[in-house]
Amino acid sequence: MIINGVKIDATFAEAFPMKATRAIITAQNEKWAMISAQAMTGFATSVIACGCEAGIERVLDSSETPDGRPGVSVMIFAMGGKGLAKQLETRAGQCVLTSPTSALFAGIDSDKKIPLGKNLRYFGDGFQVAKLIDGKRYWRIPVMDGEFLAEATTGQVDAVGGGNFLVLAKSQPQALTACEAAIEAMRKIPNVIMPFPGGVVRSGSKVGSKYKALGASTNDAFCPTLKGMTRTDLSPEVESVMEIVIDGLTKEDIDKAMRVGIQAVCDLGAENGITRVSAGNYGGKLGPFHFHLQEIMA
Amino acid sequence: MSALTFSLKHRTDQRVDMSPLVCNLLKGMEPSEIGAIELQSGKRKIRVDELFKISGSDTQQIVIKNSFGKLDFIGKELDGGSILVEGDAGAYLGLGMKSGDIGVTGNVGIYAACEMKKGFIVIGGNAGDFLGAALPGNKMGMKGGTVLVKGNVGERAGDHMRRGNILIEGNAGDYCGSRMTAGTIAVMGKTGRYLGYAMRRGTLLLWNQPVLSASFNDCGAHTLAFLPILFASFKKLNSKFADASMAFNRVQRYAGDMSEIGRGEVLVKIG
Repeated sequence: MIINGVKIDATFAEAFPMKATRAIITAQNEKWAMISAQAMTGFATSVIACGCEAGIERVLDSSETPDGRPGVSVMIFAMGGKGLAKQLETRAGQCVLTSPTSALFAGIDSDKKIPLGKNLRYFGDGFQVAKLIDGKRYWRIPVMDGEFLAEATTGQVDAVGGGNFLVLAKSQPQALTACEAAIEAMRKIPNVIMPFPGGVVRSGSKVGSKYKALGASTNDAFCPTLKGMTRTDLSPEVESVMEIVIDGLTKEDIDKAMRVGIQAVCDLGAENGITRVSAGNYGGKLGPFHFHLQEIMA
Repeated sequence: MSALTFSLKHRTDQRVDMSPLVCNLLKGMEPSEIGAIELQSGKRKIRVDELFKISGSDTQQIVIKNSFGKLDFIGKELDGGSILVEGDAGAYLGLGMKSGDIGVTGNVGIYAACEMKKGFIVIGGNAGDFLGAALPGNKMGMKGGTVLVKGNVGERAGDHMRRGNILIEGNAGDYCGSRMTAGTIAVMGKTGRYLGYAMRRGTLLLWNQPVLSASFNDCGAHTLAFLPILFASFKKLNSKFADASMAFNRVQRYAGDMSEIGRGEVLVKIG
């Protein structure tokens, strides 16, 4: 399949099941909500080393937040419910509780609840106050700038992690430009995050390593500098490859995000140095969710 | 199915225990069976059909017409369904109510919403003393749900209250929120003496400056983030509390009762 001169590989991206949650951070203005959200989702690119994958889903208008202030919706993905709860709590405690004027609310409803402000309340040292409003419990924790308001729990849902596609280009700037265009388009899709810095991964990985301690290592087949040294998957003119990783609440959410992302890349086309779109395929070793690029773009 | 309606035929001299006439106890019963139920009135028993004209058949929707202030225990331990009282109600309205709705167009007596667990009660007129309180000797008053009073309330509203909301559009008598353990009492009108006497935790939300005891300490003026959420939860009510112009988030905060553990608060609207 070729779209605007860009070859779409007959391959698929492999993804795996994860647990996910969403939290809403509000603040006096969007600037401070975003600062808190960025801190909360920092160092959360890959579950392999960070314990979770987290990202900013979107900016919320005052009319969309529980307390009528500007807000940011944040999503966190982890391999299990326990790890998810731990990461959420640690990050909420270090990055939202501490952030000026912030408040924290549940962003997703589910039968399975995980603590949001439920344990953070102990920071209040006995001065914390609970309020049950419309069936939801909120904790009012006295802090130096006033009160930190946090909903007691948020929902935990089953989700899909590791959806991806690779952008192959004739130069590094061209690959990055294409990825930036893809991310801009994909950010408009709800229920997904692209957890890597700016949404783009330069260090795509394969499963396994020659070093026993490592479960993943550089994707040498797609490393342009190794073209003459390994069983490369790159043609001579490809000088740079970048990956976009997508976590989503459902397979369909990732499908949608991949479609608009790949389309944005293809819109730039061969005339801007984009040669191919491929995907991280590990021969079925990574996970049960398969995203066939040509089916998605059909 | 139309609402099961009890129209009072005559006013009794003695008080009447209405506790058998709740939706959960009448479920599946025929009007003839309901008519044969005996209600305690003073020292004698009186048949329902002797006291009321019965019409309709939906036991989950009860209407009491021509009600007056000697009909006690209406909606006692109500667990689902709705009861509408046209007129006044006696003492112990909604005592220990578990869920459902009760509406009263007139006034109610003492101990309304006493030890209520969940549900919604709206009182069109005034309420007597001990609204949402605990029974004498008990330590836990209202444990959940919402009570809305459009008129005034008597003394000791929310005595020993543990959770839930008491919303008063009018004035509250002395000792409002006394011995309160938690929950929220909002009073739009004036409050009497000894507000929050021996309260441990909980919130008294006021539109007018009260006369506070010496055991309440001023914590200053604040903008509190939970108040917009609280007021938003009142929006569905047919009440002044749903009016956006009555909402506020800037308050003077007083902590007390310092003669108790002092974790309670009196929040008074600023401006």
